[in-house]
Amino acid sequence: MDIILAVIIGTIFGFVLQRIGAADPDKIIGMLRLTDLHLMRTIFAGIGISSALLFIGMMAGLIDPGHLSVKSMYTGVIFGGMLLGLGWALSGFCPGTGVVALGTGRIDALFFILGGLGGAAVYMMMYGSLKSTFLMQKLFGGKATLVVTGKSTPILDMSWSPWIAIGIGIMMLIIARLLPERIR
Amino acid sequence: MYWDWFKGGSALGIAFLLAVVLVKPIGVSTQFVILDGIIGDTVNDTLVVEDKSAKKGYSSSNAYLNKSGGKYAKSVARPLNYSFVFVLSMILGGLLGRIFQAKTGNDKMKQIPEVHQRRFGNNPVMRALITFAGGFIVLWGARLAGGCTSGHMMSGMMQTSISGYLFALAAFAIAVPTAIIIYKK
Repeated sequence: MDIILAVIIGTIFGFVLQRIGAADPDKIIGMLRLTDLHLMRTIFAGIGISSALLFIGMMAGLIDPGHLSVKSMYTGVIFGGMLLGLGWALSGFCPGTGVVALGTGRIDALFFILGGLGGAAVYMMMYGSLKSTFLMQKLFGGKATLVVTGKSTPILDMSWSPWIAIGIGIMMLIIARLLPERIR
Repeated sequence: MYWDWFKGGSALGIAFLLAVVLVKPIGVSTQFVILDGIIGDTVNDTLVVEDKSAKKGYSSSNAYLNKSGGKYAKSVARPLNYSFVFVLSMILGGLLGRIFQAKTGNDKMKQIPEVHQRRFGNNPVMRALITFAGGFIVLWGARLAGGCTSGHMMSGMMQTSISGYLFALAAFAIAVPTAIIIYKK
């Protein structure tokens, strides 16, 4: 059953990433150069809509909070994020969109994936010497969220704080609406 | 040619929501490690071994595959698992998206992106070198961060994770100036 769901949801996800232009390096680099914000608007809307519906669904008892999975916060998230940003701007791909771009027939995506396998392999070999450094220092108590989710340490520890998540979601949707397609 | 921001954003949001409602939040970059492990285990079959004393039933001589009770080691030993098949299926999704796009008309895909062509010219070897280097940095960074654009930025911010917000800030803080400098006209 799990495998069938993996095929269905994975295919839908790949299809959607292609249809919004996220597997097109010109669209990604255009967004990062701030010359084409179409994808930025789409991403803001996507996060806003999914987040608002997720918290509405959990409050209504329709979505099982047990399915959530909050990632830990530690120093490496910042440094890793910065490195990802560098490679992302250089290539126009991130891990997910690189995989989708391979499916669209892009040859450069194949080189991105080969490079990625190399980078991941080197990280695997270095992990033993990294794991006790400052890079793995937990921040905000690790699995922290802004609001109460039932699966994390909330910064706003009030029972009504999921409303804030819904508010943020709606705000992101409004930002997506207001952003211009180009600003430079 | 591509969906407008609202239609695309709605579809993207529903995909992320669907995943968390039915199974778990979407993530991609871990599967690069799993594929490396599968390749590594083919070359050296002592990389991942069955181990009754490990929490997940498998252990590895590699510290990274061995962490969290052999969680990654287990995925390497059993590649037919949800997360790995999910990422493989994304390739199919990309292909279907491309076919669908071709039916809507006018566009040819450019193998060398326009921004690259303007800056570095038409040589495919240069593009291959840049994407290889980019992929290397992206995945090394994603593994250090414990997730990528899908897992941290999208799934993370959807759940209001602090790691998701800070990851997104860090990534954009470097990506925007880098893109502006490298791909200036």
